[in-house]
Amino acid sequence: MTPAISFCDLTVSYGSRTVFAHLTGEIRARQFVGVLGPNGAGKSTLLKTLAGLIRPAGGVVEIDGKPVRRRNEAIGYVPQAVHLDEDVPLTGRDLVGLGLDGHRLGFPLPSRRRRDAIEAALAEVNALHLADRRIGRLSGGERQRLLIAQAIVSKPRVLLLDEPLNNLDLASTHQVVDLVKRLAHEGQMAVLLVAHDVNPLIGRADEILYLANGRMAKGALDDVLRPEVLSGLYGYPVEVLRAGGRIIVAAGAIDGHGHAVSAASPEASVMLP
Amino acid sequence: MNPFLVLAFPFARHALLAASFVAVAAGWIGFYVVVRGTAFAAHALPKIGFAGASGALLLGVNSLVGVSLYSAVAALGIGALAERDRRDVATALVLALGLGTGALFLSLGNLYAEDAMSLLFGQVLGVSSSGVIETACVSAVGIALVAAFHRRLLFTTLAREAAAVRGASNRMADWALLVSLGLATSAMMPVVGALLSFSLLVGPALAARHLARRPWQAIALSVALSLLITWLSLFLSFSLGWPVGFFVSCLSALAYAASRGSSRAFARKTAAPAA
Repeated sequence: MTPAISFCDLTVSYGSRTVFAHLTGEIRARQFVGVLGPNGAGKSTLLKTLAGLIRPAGGVVEIDGKPVRRRNEAIGYVPQAVHLDEDVPLTGRDLVGLGLDGHRLGFPLPSRRRRDAIEAALAEVNALHLADRRIGRLSGGERQRLLIAQAIVSKPRVLLLDEPLNNLDLASTHQVVDLVKRLAHEGQMAVLLVAHDVNPLIGRADEILYLANGRMAKGALDDVLRPEVLSGLYGYPVEVLRAGGRIIVAAGAIDGHGHAVSAASPEASVMLP
Repeated sequence: MNPFLVLAFPFARHALLAASFVAVAAGWIGFYVVVRGTAFAAHALPKIGFAGASGALLLGVNSLVGVSLYSAVAALGIGALAERDRRDVATALVLALGLGTGALFLSLGNLYAEDAMSLLFGQVLGVSSSGVIETACVSAVGIALVAAFHRRLLFTTLAREAAAVRGASNRMADWALLVSLGLATSAMMPVVGALLSFSLLVGPALAARHLARRPWQAIALSVALSLLITWLSLFLSFSLGWPVGFFVSCLSALAYAASRGSSRAFARKTAAPAA
């Protein structure tokens, strides 16, 4: 079967700085992959490259076996949440509708089909009750679910989420991750979710794609989050600490003590000197 | 003078018509200005348009042409610069450049202070019948442009990358809004003037945003408020003989303040889904 997403020998650079080089991998339908790595490792850049928004310096990206292109109906993209004024005159329904026909010219004409598609997407993310609420007055978790509904309303094969868990409380975080997992498994989508922290993904993501130092490791969580694998990526010793079912990735004992800090902080899963 | 009797005179009817077209354009385009947070560009373009008008006076061509051309070029310039630098910096730079050339045009042209004053503060009673048609056309083109980009302007604001994946580029939407702003500017200049057109662009749209729940409601309300403010301002101006721009700016601010006051009470109603 053709993988939903495949990328081969992918290299992206900004000017003279190479973000990552020679990445190769594939993600199948029904697979939920968490993208992890330190700040600046190129997690968002990878997502944008897979979506066809960034032209790679080398390599190819294929969606459903075809080279990725603009105007892609097969890709649903959930961007990092933007700041909204609480008075912005848009309801959940309006936001989701943009995912259906927001690229077209003129005003949306009301139709039975449009309404049904929007409500189906809202129901999919358990947000039917937000249909007529103003988006500026919703919580972060509610808004994130609406953005996911916007991304899936056009029934894409691939769902890409850029840091959807940022600024969410623990309950909303788990709600969103569970939702994304269900969309992948039941909605037959290939899902990539960029996150700071591995912990909400434990037991939920099928695979982890770990980016660091321009390189990548991909596989089951327990196969990737191992000291020898991550040390190989970073190029210096890295420790993976497990405590109470939680995981902390910390710089290894170069000077005798790692810089691990509390895993409660979303930034804490990766700490490097 | 009785403000209703004054409508017997052509100049007053022209003023009313021109002001109405301008009000619709300002109310409509202002909605996107407020949603996208491009108020500084909305503030800068009329001032740049003023420089264009003085250039037109210097060359002896139609000032509407001068303003449209100048503010459209400035709009494209802001859009291009904002790609790389911060948008406010790009806007400020283009604004300063525009005003600089405006100062040159004014001094080269030996223009009277009256000419400059009428550009800065408007001279709605001086609008001719051909001026009314020009104003109507320019306003219509400005509205058509933002209406065509309606969904893209919203989509690229709320979910830029998602819009890009679907082929809706933020840069195109930006340019459409800026050019339409430039056009609205040139239509507004003779009516409320360069300095005060900002208030009509932003005041009604801000007020509408507090009261409306959906985009088309906000646009309709913004246009209605803008018309109301403009008509009331003309009425007061005819009655008291004070400048139209003064009333427009006061009433816009008043509408905004009133909407803020009532929005809390209104919010409770509108937050609940329609039955």
